[in-house]
Amino acid sequence: MITSEVLHIERSNYLATVTDLKSQGYEMCIDVAGVDYLTHPGRELPEGVVPGRYEVVVNLLSLGNRSRVRIRVQVPEDDPTIETLFFLYPGSEAMEREVYDLVGIRFKNHPDLTRILMPEGWEGHPLRKDYSMGAVPIQFKSVNGAG
Amino acid sequence: MSKKMNDSGKVDGASQEQEAESLALVSETSEGPQELQEVEDTGRFELSAEFGSTLRLPEGVDVDPGDIDIEFSDEKMIINMGPQHPSTHGVLRLMMELDGEVILRTKPVVGYLHTGMEKTAEGLTFLQGPTNVTRMDYLSPFHNELVFSMATEKLLGLELPDRASWIRTLMCELNRCTSHLMWMATNGMDLGSSSMMIYGFREREMILAFFEKVTGLRMNHNYIRPGGVAADLPDGWEDDVLAILETIPGRLDEYDELLTGQPIFRERVDNVGIITAEQAIALSATGPILRSTGVAWDLRRDMPYLNYDQVEFDVIVGSIGDCFDRYSVRLNEIRESLRIIAQVVEKMPAGDYKIQDKKVTPPPRLRIDESMEALIHHFKIYTEGFKVPEGEVYVAVESPRGEIGCYMVSDGSAKPYRMHIRGPSFVNLQTLPTMLRGGIIADAIAAISSVDPVMGEVDR
Repeated sequence: MITSEVLHIERSNYLATVTDLKSQGYEMCIDVAGVDYLTHPGRELPEGVVPGRYEVVVNLLSLGNRSRVRIRVQVPEDDPTIETLFFLYPGSEAMEREVYDLVGIRFKNHPDLTRILMPEGWEGHPLRKDYSMGAVPIQFKSVNGAG
Repeated sequence: MSKKMNDSGKVDGASQEQEAESLALVSETSEGPQELQEVEDTGRFELSAEFGSTLRLPEGVDVDPGDIDIEFSDEKMIINMGPQHPSTHGVLRLMMELDGEVILRTKPVVGYLHTGMEKTAEGLTFLQGPTNVTRMDYLSPFHNELVFSMATEKLLGLELPDRASWIRTLMCELNRCTSHLMWMATNGMDLGSSSMMIYGFREREMILAFFEKVTGLRMNHNYIRPGGVAADLPDGWEDDVLAILETIPGRLDEYDELLTGQPIFRERVDNVGIITAEQAIALSATGPILRSTGVAWDLRRDMPYLNYDQVEFDVIVGSIGDCFDRYSVRLNEIRESLRIIAQVVEKMPAGDYKIQDKKVTPPPRLRIDESMEALIHHFKIYTEGFKVPEGEVYVAVESPRGEIGCYMVSDGSAKPYRMHIRGPSFVNLQTLPTMLRGGIIADAIAAISSVDPVMGEVDR
């Protein structure tokens, strides 16, 4: 089974740490995911980490050392922004767009931060927990006098 | 928890306010058009990033925006390829800026098949989950189910019975064959060899018939589930597998004769859509695209899961990363998969095909008829599911298209709190602009085909 290290990083150290990791041989950014912890605030975090509403989870892979590292960054609700990794890993471009599109975290300095899966002009970010599922009540009985 | 749900409890009469709020929401959540803009309309910064980049590559980032001096002939134009184009393998739309016949910039526009499967997964129990994920990459459903099940099992801390694990290995390798055969077929079709299409489908059908025998379905099996597999292999499965092992290698040699040595085919694929190892790594490409550049990276060997550490196989690599390399990597991977399958048939142990943990797996069908408890247990597990301890994991396996990963967060309930799939096609699609740059538009077909995107997985 694949084991991987998990790092909790302050948002302000994010870019510096990833730069450092890249120089340590983590040459590939495998995955960028966003999680909205709105309805599950009491998750387990190591001491000293202040939980934010959102979390950006980045998976880096080292081909040479055959190891993975997972970075979890807390992003507060009132300022859902984070630095982009595009300039370190160009491959993170589409993945960051997906996180922006579905979870609504903005990546600073991203060259083309537009929606990727949802259409342009879509309201809201579907993978947020307070996103309305769009349930519409339907009346199954026919209305009197309407044929 | 104090937050109210978005649209639920609104009072009437505040419609004006609501409208204003809704407009604000659009402007807040929109960052503008997704389409490829004319060079003149593209910001300098964006263009500089784009110039190694729709190309999206670091050397483009280092370009000083002031230095970019764009002058194209009058022939320059932006055209759409897709979303409805037979060679785009689904609803892939490529916006290309052409100078005559030469491709200058490309931008894949995706999302036409987006059905919110990650959101759907949050509403399904862990037992129902595989039904959902199996529909993502519809050409390699077993790998989707596998990665989902492995993530769930890792959260639960389960150890699989030997046989279950070997059955999974068998099905996944057969699935790699069908997927690559399907690719051979469509690639042949794209490049004008329609006999290859018929052959590819014919061989694939043979394996699909075996899948149907085992799982009941040709595709979207929902066979690999948390805790093992849905049913044991049927009697006489060895004969079917051996028949496959006897037939396909000879057919592969025929393909070799039909395509590999054929000058017309080679003209279309040699030195077309080249990508270097550095570019592939920078763009996070995995699977045959990465291996075609000469990087021997295969999760089956480098980070073994299931029983891949107990079978012998070679990792196939290419040399220069052109369409031909990707073709030969896939062709030879079928041979390696067959090698693995032959070993699996020999090594298949007896035993349970699923874990005997009443919390996770349902009772056998026959027990339901004779035991009240089994009936209740069956009912409970299918209606309520099972609870999975809190935590978060990332699990990755090697699908025919590259690394498929599952990031799963559980809040301790019976449904995943968040399920994210890292789709290899989605990420691999980013290599297209690099492959196409400077090539001619006729070569684009060969390059798109060689990336082997499955749009169901790209858009999820």
